[in-house]
Order: sequence, then structure tokens, then C-alpha cells
Amino acid sequence: MPTFVYMTRCDGCGHCVDICPSDIMHIDPVNRRAYNIEPNMCWECYSCVKACPHHAIDVRGYADFAPLGSSVRVVRDEEKGTIAWRIKFRNGEKDMELLAPITTKPWGKFIPDLAEVDGPTDEMRSSHLLFNEPEYIRKDEGDLHTLESNGQKLKEGVYY
Amino acid sequence: MSNPFLDLVNSGFISHGAMQFYVVAMFLFVVGGTLLDVMHKKSAQYFFENAEKAKKSATRTISSTEKTALIVKTVTTEVLQSAEFSNPQRRMSHLLTMYGFIIFVVTTVIMIFSLTDSGIIALLWNLGALSLAVGGYWFWFVIRADVSAEGNPWYKVHRADMFIVSLLAMSTFALFWSITGAMLFFFLFIAASTFLFTTVLWSKFAHMFFKPAAAFQKRVTRADGSRENLPNDFDLSSAEVHSRFPDIPEYMGKNPENMGLGIKREEPHHY
Repeated sequence: MPTFVYMTRCDGCGHCVDICPSDIMHIDPVNRRAYNIEPNMCWECYSCVKACPHHAIDVRGYADFAPLGSSVRVVRDEEKGTIAWRIKFRNGEKDMELLAPITTKPWGKFIPDLAEVDGPTDEMRSSHLLFNEPEYIRKDEGDLHTLESNGQKLKEGVYY
Repeated sequence: MSNPFLDLVNSGFISHGAMQFYVVAMFLFVVGGTLLDVMHKKSAQYFFENAEKAKKSATRTISSTEKTALIVKTVTTEVLQSAEFSNPQRRMSHLLTMYGFIIFVVTTVIMIFSLTDSGIIALLWNLGALSLAVGGYWFWFVIRADVSAEGNPWYKVHRADMFIVSLLAMSTFALFWSITGAMLFFFLFIAASTFLFTTVLWSKFAHMFFKPAAAFQKRVTRADGSRENLPNDFDLSSAEVHSRFPDIPEYMGKNPENMGLGIKREEPHHY
């Protein structure tokens, strides 16, 4: 279900415009507030919901957990490392809060480097964990395939 | 520095009465425009209906002393310090614009009605216009969402820009008039300020009356527990949270540290 903006809470700062991967959050030229220009194209990635500093954007919840008229609000707290949800039904019978961690280490630190980890052994490749994976992922013939290893180069920009 | 309106009256170009009439007329235009805006958009109706809805989901009632404290807090924080802005650049620009506008308008009224020759008032008038211009141009060229988030050039103007454009025109022409004394700039200044005060129904002008009310209402929702249906602030080291949400102690430990900034580390400019 697509996003919508509470125009009374929005102040037109443009954070949602910047972060929307579908490029459908824009600033209304009359009211100078954000709005979703194409709900059909919404990816429901919640990027705009999380990015809005005033919590002015909501996503309509799916009917299996939030029937029509429900309020689904989410707060992503980066410094605490948690994401909190609150789902309220319109008949007032459900007011549910959920809290889950989104990171267990500080942002930007302790990111594992693929080069430092040993590759899979033959025993791992023939085990149930990696058996069905493609060979170029399992490193059957050496390192991972990249553009450079195949003699290709990435041309920047649109050139067709 | 001298009172430029006093110079105008002394030169016989405009009568004192005409100037005062103009100020009163502009004031009435603002009041009328705001009332029409409220009636046409039904914003007051929506605001109070929303407040009633929020009160229904409140977990506690607020006493009138607490409400008074909230009003004071709103005025000192959200109004006087523009604390609703989380972006420091937007906040600074708004403070410059807001205080510049207030000082400019107040000193204009004082200068016109009392025809004082006080140098301090005249200096404040110029400083108010300067502050308004600095904050306004900073917003116009750099901060405006059309430019910073939508990637539009600064000269692309919409109806929503009526307020800021007329403010910039008013302050710029006032400053030019003050510096050069040329009557052309006086006329442009009057044209800009007339446009500013007569287009209240269609421009952003009235936000200065609505925003404090909205900020107060936001504080009320946080105080009475309705919180605009947002989830509560959880203390991650409390035992109650640990028993209610077992994922937290299992994956983050009993006393999770501050994780620092994630996507907020850099300002979004990804258009």
C-alpha cells in the first residue's frame, strides 16, 4: 500500500524527495508540502517514512495485519538502533506496539570484509548449504566474477 | 541614520495621514486574509477535529496548569527559537528572516505613527531589513526545497513562492531606498509590501499564526500520551521493555550502547 503525507505535519524540507528510490515523492508547488505523485509506483520501502524528521509520512498497512482505517506508524531510531511500530485499529480494539533491533553494532563500524574471510571448502560446496548455489557464487573456479575479470568495462552515463 | 518616512512627510510628498491609513489598511488586509484563509480551507475546523480525535486516544488528562506550562514552553522553544526545524541551516535562516521581519514591521509602524527622529529606531529598521534579506536570500538560493531537493534552478518560481519573493523584494527595495534615497525604490518597496499583505489568502503568510497553535498541539499530544499514534519512547535498559520485547536483550544486550548516526550521517542530496 502506498505512502501518504500528513500535509499539516510536513514542512516541505525535502528529505523524502531526496531519498525516494522511485522518485515519486515531490513538493507540491501550491502548498509547498510533500506528496506522493504516483502511488501506483510506490515501492513501499518506507525510506520516506524513516527519513521524515517530523514523522509526517505514513504507509497504508496491508489488510492482513491492518484493516481499512487502521493507523500504522513507525519510528526508526538510529541512535538506539531500534525500529518501533504502533498499529491501531479503527474500532479501538487493538493498540499494538512492536519493537525490534535494526543493528547490534554502531553504524559504519565492524563491517566484515569479504577478502578477510576464507572462501568455501569443497566439503562446504557439496554440503546442503551451498549445493544449489550457482558455481560463480561458490567460487568453484577461483574468485568471484567481476566485470574486470571478464575483460569488460563499465561505461558511465546513457549512451544508446 | 534618519527616519526616511519623516523625510517623506517633511518633503510634502505624502501626508502623515496617508501613511497611517496605509499601515492600518495593510493590517486589516492581513486580518481579513487570514480569516478568509481559515474559512476557505476549513483549517480551524480540521485542527479542532484532529485535537478531539487525539484527546480520545489520550492515556492521561492534562491539567490547566500543565497546559499553561506547555504554552510557555511552546512560545519559548518553538516560537522564539524556531526549534521545530531539525536542519540547522533552515533553522538559522528562519530565525534571521523571522526576527528581521518582526523588527522591520515594528520599527516601520513606530516610525510612521510617531514620526520619531531617533537614530536607534532607524538603525533597527535597516538592520531588520538586512536580516530579512540575508535570511531570505540564503533560503532562496540554497535551502528552498525546489532547489536543494528537486534540483530546480533558483529562478523557477511557483505560486507558493509569493511570500518569500515579496519579502525579499520588500526588504531589498527598502534597503536600496534607505541607501540611495531614490523615489523609484520607495515605490517598488511600497508595491512589494502591498503585494505581501494583500495576498495573504493565497500565500504562506498566515503560517505565522497557525504554526504556534500546531506546535502547542504537538506538545499536548506528547504530554497526554496520544503521541499522534506514534509508538512510545522505549528505555532499552529497563526490565519492563526486556520482558515485553525479548529480541532487544537477546540481540542487543541488557544495556545497548548509542549506535551513532546511520543514514543521517550525510545530508540527503541524491536527486
